[in-house]
Amino acid sequence: MVRFDDVGLRYGSGPAPEVLRDVSFTLPQGSFHWLLGPSGAGKSSLLGLMHLALRPSRGEVEVLGQPLSRLRRGALPGLRRRIGVVYQDFRLLPHLTVFDNVALPMRIAGRAEAQLRADVAEMLRWTGLDGKAGALPATLSGGEQQRVALARAVVTRPALLVADEPTGNLDGAQARRVLALLREMHRLGTTVVVATHAEGLVAEHPAPALRMSEGQLVAHG
Amino acid sequence: MARPPRVRRSRGRDPLGLRRALSDRLLPALVAAMALLAAMALAGAQGAAELTSRWEAGAAAAVTVQLPPGVASGGRLERALAALEALPEVAEAQLMSEAQMQALLRPWLGEAPAVALPLVIELRLAELPASPEALAGRIAAAVPGGVVESHGVWVARLVALARSLQAVALAALVLVAGIAAAVVAVAVRAGIAARRAAIALLHDMGATDADIAGRFAGRAGLLVGTGALLGTLLAAPVLAGFADLAAPLLGQVPAGSLAGLPWESVPWGALALLPLLGAALGWLTAQATVRRWLRRLP
Ligand SMILES: Nc1ncnc2c1ncn2[C@@H]1O[C@H](COP(=O)(O)OP(=O)(O)OP(=O)(O)O)[C@@H](O)[C@H]1O
Ligand SMILES: [Mg+2]
Repeated sequence: MVRFDDVGLRYGSGPAPEVLRDVSFTLPQGSFHWLLGPSGAGKSSLLGLMHLALRPSRGEVEVLGQPLSRLRRGALPGLRRRIGVVYQDFRLLPHLTVFDNVALPMRIAGRAEAQLRADVAEMLRWTGLDGKAGALPATLSGGEQQRVALARAVVTRPALLVADEPTGNLDGAQARRVLALLREMHRLGTTVVVATHAEGLVAEHPAPALRMSEGQLVAHG
Repeated sequence: MARPPRVRRSRGRDPLGLRRALSDRLLPALVAAMALLAAMALAGAQGAAELTSRWEAGAAAAVTVQLPPGVASGGRLERALAALEALPEVAEAQLMSEAQMQALLRPWLGEAPAVALPLVIELRLAELPASPEALAGRIAAAVPGGVVESHGVWVARLVALARSLQAVALAALVLVAGIAAAVVAVAVRAGIAARRAAIALLHDMGATDADIAGRFAGRAGLLVGTGALLGTLLAAPVLAGFADLAAPLLGQVPAGSLAGLPWESVPWGALALLPLLGAALGWLTAQATVRRWLRRLP
C-alpha cells in the first residue's frame, strides 16, 4: 500500500518553490496505476518520494504500510529492497555487464551467488535479453537498455514497482512488450505505478490513473 | 543462457568501480613515501632512546665532590654534607659507600687497595644549572679543600637533548600519520565524486551505509597497507645505514660495507607494525569519510 497525506516537496533548502503541493492519495496493495501529466508536472518527483529517494518537505508518506516520518534511517534500506525502480534515465552502471547490472539488487540484498544466477538468467529470458548477459550497457540499443533496467527492477520480485517512462525509448511493439511485463508483475501481486506520456498506450490498457498538473494531483481514479 | 565468463563475474563484486576510482598508483606511492618518513622518525625515536639510556648512567651523578682522606674525623664530613645540602641547586648530597668506591676502582687498583681512598660525595641536583662552572665555584666555597667534578652536567645536557630529539621524532610520526589520513580522505572524496551516481543508485536499491563505506574502506585499507609495506621495505636499508653512522656514538665501529651494516639494530618489530597500522588508518579514514558523506542522502 502507498499513501500520501498532504505531501509537499521542494528541492534544496530555503525559499525554493514547492514542486509538489498538497498531494494526497492512496494506492491499495496489488493495484496498477498510471501516473499522467505534462512534462514538469512532478511525476518523477512523486515517484522519487514513493521509492524513498526523496523525503517530503511536509506531509506524510506511507510506503508498504510504513509511515516514513516514524522510521529510523537504519530501517530504510530494508524497505528500499522491497521496491523496484525503473528510472527515466535507466541508470545502468556502465562498467558492469548486463548480468551484473541485473544481479546488483540481489547482491545488495545479500543473496548467495549460486542462488542468484538462476533468477537473473530467468529475468533476462523474460525480458528477451538472453544473448546479452555479457554485454556492457554502452553496446546495447536504447530499447535493450530499457529492458535491462526493467529486469533489474523486478528481479527481486518487489512488493512495489515504480516505473518512470519505461516505454520512452521504444517503438510501438517494444513498448507493448514492456507493458505486458509490467502487467504480468501486477498480476503476480506487485503494486505497480507507471508514469508515462504515451496516451495511446494508456488507451490500450485502461487502468486507474493519477493525473498531475503543476505539482498538484488533479485527478485520481 | 551462457554463463558470464569469470572475469566479468569478478567485476560484479566491484559495482562502484573502485578499482579505477581509487587507483592503485598515486595513493600507494604517496603512502610509501610517508611510510619511509615514518620509519625514519620511528628509528630516530628509538635511537635517541638508546642514547638516552646509555648516557643516563653518566648523568645520574651530575656533580661529585672529592674530599681528601682523613676528613671523616671530627665532624667535618657531616658539616660538608650539611653545607652542600643547604645549597638551593642541590636536591641531595650523599656519601659514596666504601663498597661502591671499591667496585668503581677495582679495575685500576685491584681487590684490596693499599692507598687510602678519598671520600666522594655525589650530588643530585634539583635542576641543571645554567652555568656548571659557577655552581662548581659555589660548591668549592661551601666545602673548603673539596675537588669539584661537574662534567656530569654536560652529559645530562646531552641526555636532555636526546630526549627532546625523541619527542621531535614522535611528533613527526604523529604528523606523518595525520598527513596520511588527510591524503586518504582526499583520495576517497575524489573517488566518491567520481562514483556519485553509482553510490546514489546503490543507496536507492537499499545498500546500507555500512555496505557502501565498507567497499571504500576495504579498497583504501588495501592500497594504504600496500603502500606502507613498500615504504617500510625501502626504509630498512636506509635505517641500517643511519645506524652505522651512529655506531661511534654507541661505542661501536662503523662497518662501511653493505653486508656489514648493523641490520640487527633496525627496529624490525616497529617496522612490521607500519603496514598494519597503515592499513588500519586507511580503513578507518575511508569509513569515516564515506559515512559522513552518505549522511546527506535521504
Ligand atoms: N533535482 C532537482 N532539483 C531541482 N528541481 C528539480 C529537480 N528535479 C526536478 N525538479 C523540478 O521539479 C519539477 C518537476 O519535475 P519532474 O521531473 O518531477 O517532472 P516530470 O513530471 O517527471 O517531467 P517529465 O515528464 O519531463 O519527466 C520541475 O519544475 C523540475 O524543474
Ligand atoms: Mg520525469
